[in-house]
Amino acid sequence: MSIPILFFSYFALASIVLSLIVVTRKNYIHAVLWTLLLFIHISGIYLFLNAEFFAMIQMIVYAGAILVMLIFVIMLLNVRHEDHLSDLSSLSIPKVFFVFCVFGILALALQASYLNTIGKFSIDVVNTFSDAKLLGQVFYSEANLPLIIMGVVLFVPMIAAIVLAGKRSDE
Amino acid sequence: MILNIIILIIEVAVVLGVLLLHVAYAVYFERKILGHIQARLGPTEVGPLGLFQPFADLVKLFFKEDNIPFGADKFLFTAAPVIVVTCVMTSFSVLPFAAGWVLANINVGLLFILAMSSLGVYGIIIAGWSSNSKYAFLGALRSSAQIISYEIPMGIALLAVLIMTGSLNLSDIVYAQDKLPWGMFIFPQIIGFFVFLVCALAETNRTPFDLPEAETELVAGYLTEYSGFRWGLFFLAEYSAMYVMSSMLTICFLGGWTLPPFLTNLLPILNLVPGIIWFLLKVYAIMFFYIWVRGTVPRYRFDQLLKIGWKLLLPLSLTNLFIIMIIKKVFMP
Repeated sequence: MSIPILFFSYFALASIVLSLIVVTRKNYIHAVLWTLLLFIHISGIYLFLNAEFFAMIQMIVYAGAILVMLIFVIMLLNVRHEDHLSDLSSLSIPKVFFVFCVFGILALALQASYLNTIGKFSIDVVNTFSDAKLLGQVFYSEANLPLIIMGVVLFVPMIAAIVLAGKRSDE
Repeated sequence: MILNIIILIIEVAVVLGVLLLHVAYAVYFERKILGHIQARLGPTEVGPLGLFQPFADLVKLFFKEDNIPFGADKFLFTAAPVIVVTCVMTSFSVLPFAAGWVLANINVGLLFILAMSSLGVYGIIIAGWSSNSKYAFLGALRSSAQIISYEIPMGIALLAVLIMTGSLNLSDIVYAQDKLPWGMFIFPQIIGFFVFLVCALAETNRTPFDLPEAETELVAGYLTEYSGFRWGLFFLAEYSAMYVMSSMLTICFLGGWTLPPFLTNLLPILNLVPGIIWFLLKVYAIMFFYIWVRGTVPRYRFDQLLKIGWKLLLPLSLTNLFIIMIIKKVFMP
């Protein structure tokens, strides 16, 4: 086995194992820290695609910003242990149904994807241009409408947060 | 293959060794300057002019009692200082100290430094949470809020540098500055330089932004329960982070290891001086500024700190970005 395959199998296996560890922790803070490790491994997988920019954005946005927010919420709510919900007996039928639905959608999405075909952005293309440049080209030419819609979608919670904060200070 | 790996390991060891020596003397440097600001002499006893003081401190730290508080999360308590030190030390692998003197010349060096500084926050949060102490916990919450809010203006200030260069590679940023007649990015973007300078103070928890460890309110903040060598690791991380931030300022705004072309045209003999000397001179000028600020400026209140971050530095950095966009579009097509 060559070294890249060895490294890739480590990152892939570790991601699976780490995500299992995350969902089985009882202490919320520990779960978040395992998630941090998981995110670092995922950015390692991006590096195998020569997508350094994505790897760094994964670290800055997900590991550096979103997860810190999560830790803040957990610390401010001051929940330390998950005492209920820990055994299988509390599983209700709607929950199980929901889980199966999510897995069904995932399976459908996987079926629709084309395996073993090389798309427009192969590793060679990414090597000649940088992935940051390609990302910019795709974002602002082919995918500019989804980009604008995403902006609007992200703008709505911001308004909601400002309205909620304004209400609190009136009282 | 194996030879390459051995060479790389030796390079890493040399860089870390030199760095640790610099960090040890940064402490001496700081104590001496603070002493003279306050009309004292600073350390004088150990060795000539007190030059061996850092080593005496190191030996003292090694032999202190290593105390883990009752009720602490033992694993996380011991892991926290290691996380902080690792994140700071890894940043040095992408910094170019002179032409070609860089351990890893990666294309996303700028983002790598930002990513590492945002991962360093975890060490501080974990340190505060796992100590099982209210002072440490409050200090950690303050520190992470501060670092996250000052990272935004800092990132936007760096974005302006990125627009001028068109590359995320730190060596390319220095070469782009060398092409300008005045040889530095500080001139079109003096506002960006100011924003980065203030954010660098806040990111490294230095006075006047050292609220996480404000003695009068929080004992020692997230460091309260740490003693001996674990405390030493935090201390090491703080001073190394000062070097990272000073190096970033030097590379992104002051032209790195190069001199302005008009100076070298005037005095061609300056070309003979190795680039690392100019780099170190610029870094130490900023380090002196850091210490000077510590000696003169009082600490802000926490609400003032957040106000400065969100209401002053963020609009300033956006203004800088706007000005640079116009300059780039109009004068440098």
